[in-house]
Amino acid sequence: MLSCKHIMTMDDLTPDDIIAILDTADSFKEVNERRIKKLPTLRGRTIVNLFLEPSTRTRTSFEIAAKRLSADGINFAASASATVKGESLRDTAATLSAMACDLVVVRHKYAGAPQMLAECMDAHIVNGGDGIHQHPTQALLDLFTMREKLGRLEGLTVGIVGDICHSRVAGSLVPALRKVGARPIIIGPPTLMPARPDIMGADVAYSLDEVLPQLDVAYMLRVQFERAARMPFPSNREYARFYGMNATRLASARPEMIVMHPGPMNRGVEISSEVADSPRSHVLDQVNAGVAVRMAVMYLLLGGADSGAAA
Amino acid sequence: MGYRVKAEVMDASAIDRALTRIAHEILEANKGAGNIALAGILTRGAYVAQRLAERIKRIEGAEVPVGSIDISFYRDDVATHLNPEVHRTDVPFDVEGRDIILVDDVLYTGRTIRAAMDAIMDYGRPCSVQLAVLVDRGHRELPIRADYVGKNVPTSRKERVKVALTEHDGNDSAAILEQTEEDA
Repeated sequence: MLSCKHIMTMDDLTPDDIIAILDTADSFKEVNERRIKKLPTLRGRTIVNLFLEPSTRTRTSFEIAAKRLSADGINFAASASATVKGESLRDTAATLSAMACDLVVVRHKYAGAPQMLAECMDAHIVNGGDGIHQHPTQALLDLFTMREKLGRLEGLTVGIVGDICHSRVAGSLVPALRKVGARPIIIGPPTLMPARPDIMGADVAYSLDEVLPQLDVAYMLRVQFERAARMPFPSNREYARFYGMNATRLASARPEMIVMHPGPMNRGVEISSEVADSPRSHVLDQVNAGVAVRMAVMYLLLGGADSGAAA
Repeated sequence: MGYRVKAEVMDASAIDRALTRIAHEILEANKGAGNIALAGILTRGAYVAQRLAERIKRIEGAEVPVGSIDISFYRDDVATHLNPEVHRTDVPFDVEGRDIILVDDVLYTGRTIRAAMDAIMDYGRPCSVQLAVLVDRGHRELPIRADYVGKNVPTSRKERVKVALTEHDGNDSAAILEQTEEDA
């Protein structure tokens, strides 16, 4: 069982919690390889996907996870919901509470939305991405994939490359890596670094080529043009030349180094098609791990005597 | 809660003889090893299944496929109880049309077996499911019985039955444990 009621940021999880989630996810991965990919485990539980920001892969992943555990999954999307009619997040939370749901997965464009929901609901809250803040289940599935491909987490050097300042993935992955004894390095042009990169808890580098030979994992971030106030570099071509993963760069890395990306990819910008489709890239393994990891999170939060509202 | 040993009910040689007998009984009831597969319930049932397979091989010369089942996700008390450790289920054979022998160390309420049967059914439709246990301690809460039993051990619900196996615990034995007085 986990030490926390909610998973809103990586701070909620102890290293033991993280390992428990990864180990449980490993068992769920086996379920996802069966012909009948369904378990009776969370029968009668209600899981709401409250996605108030566009998302396909994360929402689908949570939805599949809930269905495979026999929970009743309900999607509450921004475009179809009362939020477009002006309902506040607090009222939405009260409405969901009144419907007695057990777990709410929330995605919101503002950081802190999960914390606000947790204050006015009894249900377990899982952060499915809040603004540019955190995306903890993404970090967990990334750890799962690294452990599966490289056999360990402790001592790994992981380069997180690109749009650090707009990345909630980096926001969760950096503390997650530190908790399991790995070494994160954030790498990117100064225009895509947060104002104080030093306080993120990672080593900071501005040249990918300089640190590339040290890396066990090259974690390429999507450049989030939609979040940037203005173009953060002169051209995509120039970005790709200095910070993109391509075959030449891959050849100068350690032969066992793997390439990861949280998706969706901007092919030709942060990752070349050649690399994206190569066996060194584990993008689809990450997606695959995502379902198992989210099943583990749901199982560990909703199971057991202390499961709060769900009990 | 403290427990102390009340009585040892099987020692290493008793376990050894019981397993040999069960292996023979399985082969007799199924007319050979041709269509059977063993599925041990984690943790100790998996070791018992492994040992039965070795014995069947010694008797018949046939390799019997062995799998291991973790029932955590099929428990009927997930809402109140979580297994501290979840292991990977491994069923390396086609369940469809086979005679599956479920194997566990102790048979008690029958709830674990109910969960294991549900797990097996998720892999296909077996020809039959049979149950082999090292110790049957009674107190069933479901209409389930074992087809092959190492030893029937009358117990009280307050007691525990502890099976130790060399692979997991360093020695072979089965014992009844009773609560120590300060907790009773």
